Amino acid sequence: MSELKGAAPPGLRSEAAGPAAPRERPRVSGKLLRAAGIAMVAAALAVYPLVITNGLATTIAVDGVIFISAAAAWNIFSGYSGYISLGHAVFFGSGAYTVAIGARDWHLTGDAVFALLPLAAVVGAVIAVPCGLVALRVRRHTFVVITIALFFIFQLMAFNLSFTAGSIGIIAPILNWAPATYNDPFYYIALAIAAGTTALAWLIRGSRFGLQLRAIRDDEDRARGLGVRAMRVKLSAFVISAFITALVGGLWFYFIGEALPQFAFDPIFDLSVALMAFLGGLGTVAGPVLGALIIEPAQQYLTTTITNDYLSEILLGALFLVVILLLPRGVIPTGSELISKWTARRENRR
Amino acid sequence: MTAILRAEQVSKAFGGVQALGGCSVDVEEGSVTALIGPNGSGKTTLFNVITGYERLDAGEVYVGAKKITNAPPQRVFALGVGRTFQLTRIFPRLTVMENMLVATQHTGRRVRNPLARAGGPADRHRAMELLEFTGIERHAGALAETLSYGQRKLLELAYVLVADPAVVLLDEPAGGVNPSLIQHIAARIRELNAAGKTFLIVEHNMDFVMDLCGHIAVLDYGTVVATGPPAIIREDPRVLDAYLGIAEEDLAEEDDDAAAH
Repeated sequence: MSELKGAAPPGLRSEAAGPAAPRERPRVSGKLLRAAGIAMVAAALAVYPLVITNGLATTIAVDGVIFISAAAAWNIFSGYSGYISLGHAVFFGSGAYTVAIGARDWHLTGDAVFALLPLAAVVGAVIAVPCGLVALRVRRHTFVVITIALFFIFQLMAFNLSFTAGSIGIIAPILNWAPATYNDPFYYIALAIAAGTTALAWLIRGSRFGLQLRAIRDDEDRARGLGVRAMRVKLSAFVISAFITALVGGLWFYFIGEALPQFAFDPIFDLSVALMAFLGGLGTVAGPVLGALIIEPAQQYLTTTITNDYLSEILLGALFLVVILLLPRGVIPTGSELISKWTARRENRR
Repeated sequence: MTAILRAEQVSKAFGGVQALGGCSVDVEEGSVTALIGPNGSGKTTLFNVITGYERLDAGEVYVGAKKITNAPPQRVFALGVGRTFQLTRIFPRLTVMENMLVATQHTGRRVRNPLARAGGPADRHRAMELLEFTGIERHAGALAETLSYGQRKLLELAYVLVADPAVVLLDEPAGGVNPSLIQHIAARIRELNAAGKTFLIVEHNMDFVMDLCGHIAVLDYGTVVATGPPAIIREDPRVLDAYLGIAEEDLAEEDDDAAAH
């Protein structure tokens, strides 16, 4: 965001950049503001289930926090590299089914099922390697189409393979937790994963790896000509993204209690994570977090309170259109630009 | 003198169009070599096959003693051949400094922590020096999309130099920029060349070429029709024919006229 403020008017040999002193102030206060914002969001998320104990509210919260990780993981690949994946449900569903099948076949119950989460993540990452090697050979629209095709292949496999139990699905083992606080452990596990994912997204964005990804987003061929091993970099991001998506997919299965092909491999998931990142700010660290916290609760609330099942999906589609048409860069980049314009105007008035 | 970059009998066809047909070019170490020729003569295609952006049908390309025939762009770059593009290509949504740091990422065989912050102090220092050298240092923090066309040309030159390639291929460095900036770019190239950097330049601006380059290769219909120093090339009837469309008879008539006066 600071790069926007640093933008100087073009001109090869004009005077050195304007007075430095007044520029420092908004930058420092912007940093403070951001730190305060992050601290507030983190604190609110940390105490949420302690303050709000309503079952529906905490259920929605668990979903919301799971989607923070899913959207942030999607953004690590798609947001940074510019390769828009509409097939991340492949990894979400694979994670869910890994936990479901593992718990069923190894007769795991209770807390022991959580031990399958790392396995779910690894399975997601392993699946991502061949998927990536195929899909990442092409770019832009063709890439999007291939990810959608991969998604349907996996959904069909979940419907038709014997070990997934087809359309009957797999029921999760029952947890004997107190109903009043049943959601809390799920919430805090999801929150820990979300915090880790967001930290990783932040780390990657500023890293050598992240710079290579963003260079690929801007001009892949030019980046290759400057020594960037594009395939390796893209595939790494794809695998990291799949790892996290499958991890939360596994958690989501245990929370929901059932893996069905149409819900574990859900096209709405593909659209939702993309919309969350687009709404918040594609390629930013905070964007997907914000997007997930707005969209997932809204969607859950609408689905549970409005009897017409499809209304929430229609609204989701409409929101997607509004975001793409009116706010294509997302809330965070547009907002920070407005704030820096506003502070610049205020500085100029003095 | 030894050739640091060699293209030997390079051929490339696009469908029925033979863009390059047995084209051979040597770039001597420490030279500024120009590649000239009419539009469609295969200059950019030669750049593309050397730097791995197009696969060649026949022939070989060497950097020093190393064969780089059909090597991918990232490997060609790692072996010390950097290039710019005719239509300037920068990373618009990265800052100018980040643009510079992209080229510092290539590490040869050394394994580096991918999660380390982009650009260590040494890389940033070198990047800043080059931005100062090209004269766009005060835009270091700005998004590259805010740069003017001429500044983008300078940025492209600067970030290719970051990784200190042995040979720099410039595709129309003076194309579409104002005369004072052309002088600025020429001065920078001369300075770099004096420090030992080798250049291969595709350019249509003849004053720029004749002034700057010690050696010229002329391409026509995908083959080299003449090579030599500017003084010789300027007078070569095959070059005038290929480049300016003046037939040899016309030249002969001109000579006769000159003799008659």
